[in-house]
Amino acid sequence: MRLDLFRFAAPQAFFPLAGRMIPWFSALAAALALAGLYVAFFVAPTDHQQGEAYRIIFIHVPAAWMSMFLYVVMACWAAAGIALNTRLSGMMSSALAPTGAIFTFITLWSGALWGKPTWGTYWVWDARLTSELVLLFLYLGFIALKGAIPDPVRADRAGAILALVGVVNVPIIYFSVQWWNTLHQGASVSLTRAPSMAATMLLGMLLMALAAWMYSIAATLARLRNIILERERDAQWVLLQRTAA
Amino acid sequence: MLQTRELACERGGRRLFSALNVALDAGGLLRVRGANGSGKTTLLRCLAGLTRPGAGSVHWHGDDIAALGDAYRSDLLFLGHSPAVKDELTVAENLDFSCRLSGTEISAAQLDRALDALGIAKLAGRPAGYLSQGQRRRAALARLALPGPAKLWLLDEPLAALDDEAIGRVRSLCAAHLAAGGLLVLTSHQEVEIAAPNLESVALGG
Amino acid sequence: MSGFSAILLRDLRVALRRKGDALNVLVFFVVVSSLFPLGVGPEPNQLRAMAAGVVWIAALLAAVLSLPRLFAADYADGTLEQMLVGPQPLVVVVLAKSAAHWLLTGLPLALAAPVIGLQYDLPAGAQGVLLASLLIGTPVLSLLGAAGAALTLGVRGGGALLGLLVLPLFVPVLVFGAGAVGASLTGIDPSAHLSLLGAFLAVSSLVGPWAACAALRVALD
Repeated sequence: MRLDLFRFAAPQAFFPLAGRMIPWFSALAAALALAGLYVAFFVAPTDHQQGEAYRIIFIHVPAAWMSMFLYVVMACWAAAGIALNTRLSGMMSSALAPTGAIFTFITLWSGALWGKPTWGTYWVWDARLTSELVLLFLYLGFIALKGAIPDPVRADRAGAILALVGVVNVPIIYFSVQWWNTLHQGASVSLTRAPSMAATMLLGMLLMALAAWMYSIAATLARLRNIILERERDAQWVLLQRTAA
Repeated sequence: MLQTRELACERGGRRLFSALNVALDAGGLLRVRGANGSGKTTLLRCLAGLTRPGAGSVHWHGDDIAALGDAYRSDLLFLGHSPAVKDELTVAENLDFSCRLSGTEISAAQLDRALDALGIAKLAGRPAGYLSQGQRRRAALARLALPGPAKLWLLDEPLAALDDEAIGRVRSLCAAHLAAGGLLVLTSHQEVEIAAPNLESVALGG
Repeated sequence: MSGFSAILLRDLRVALRRKGDALNVLVFFVVVSSLFPLGVGPEPNQLRAMAAGVVWIAALLAAVLSLPRLFAADYADGTLEQMLVGPQPLVVVVLAKSAAHWLLTGLPLALAAPVIGLQYDLPAGAQGVLLASLLIGTPVLSLLGAAGAALTLGVRGGGALLGLLVLPLFVPVLVFGAGAVGASLTGIDPSAHLSLLGAFLAVSSLVGPWAACAALRVALD
């Protein structure tokens, strides 16, 4: 079993596997999203404090979860790349970063759209939004560093170091932002004080989170295939692919 | 004592050399030949442990240098393309720093003798920024004239930018090193006549 | 440890002979701090409340300004390569250079901060806390900053890219450092903030040098 998995560590072997996996994950993502949105809009009860506007939580919270989860996954691939010295690990973390950044961006936007009808302002400096903002900077820094180094091997290794430094610091940053937020009272304006969870709300968020996860896998694999083609463009099998197409 | 096993390296997507097997013993001189861009510097840097080889390994007294780490580097003297001298420090200060960096203490007298061996004793107090290219090279090469533990010398184009007189001095320093049982690997695209008990040659860029 | 002191002294000697660089950073720090009142108005209470944040942000910017030079000069003239092939453990090299950077940047900033504090009318107690927070926090800037400098070594867009990489990592320093002064201004004991800052310094002294060593090996590969 172990030997079998390592066979796919070569980009050439992983490329067709990824291609076969994408439609499945896309379908799962669509199905889960439909189920989640149904629960979000039709099943979950109206919140007596915030009205209908609170429903944005079904996008905001899963996006936040995904943004943090993907950063950790990215760091894991980075660690694997350093430990095992495989090219695919670096490509995988390059593929993950934009999706992670997009989810961070969605978290911030949905937070703003939630804030306006609820609190009257598009932006509040609450702990979660501020932490997400810093996380967005970490993603952008990673993408920028990889983009600035022309040699792909060096870019992968540098990016891996940065991702690992980031993943160690993210809990510390979150803690410090939390600390900062509780110090400067204004905590009445806080999105983290979500309405108390009815079971259906939790179900809705879980479904949306799973949908986001499936989507992330599909999107990452699609991006990964492009990265593989680009990086391995001089290899025989890529040239064969292109002439066959 | 120095050995490469199936050493391979690529740069910028280009395979420079592969399946390279070389062995060098005490008193051995290995000359790496090849045109510009053929991978001479890369090979030297692989031997120094600076560049990670694409495949294969380098062994010192049978142990992989990747595992030896700092222990290997205390036996090593590496001079790369740029004469590693700081413009703001004097020639003497630069040489003194190189010694301290390699963990040896030397006296002022030894320092003077080393500079004299390269013919730049009177430049000792001059900041390196005011030297010509050739004088800078001599200042860097003065390390070869110092007593030190380094048994393996890796020199990248050591005779570049030197006049005939300086070339002669460097050649005799190298010969003395080899006669004392040291090993020497150098890259050069010119012919280099250094008296050596064993002479090996590797040509890259085939 | 002779390697550590050799590198530290060499860096100090080189910097003192260049004079301009370290002084520029200090002047930049003072100029930036002095610009804020021009931007937000001279109202004393407002300035007093802002003072810690302003000083700390100016310190972060000054650090980012000085960090690209940490390895760049040695990289360009080949002396960095010599440090990597020397028998000294690379972490000793990184620690020595970070220490030199702090002595030339962080320490002068910390000592100049009371002057800025006067401009912002900080009371004596808060001044002391500001100084303490800078003395504990600026080494973090040198340690984590060294990792950033090593990652962007020889990369185009170096300075701005380096800022993008390290400033998010400096958020805890800013929060705890400025927060300590804020606490003392409202009569709360700042020792919790300063302890957290100290803890972060401890973490940075492990993470920063490790990352810098790994990044230097990548850069000189």
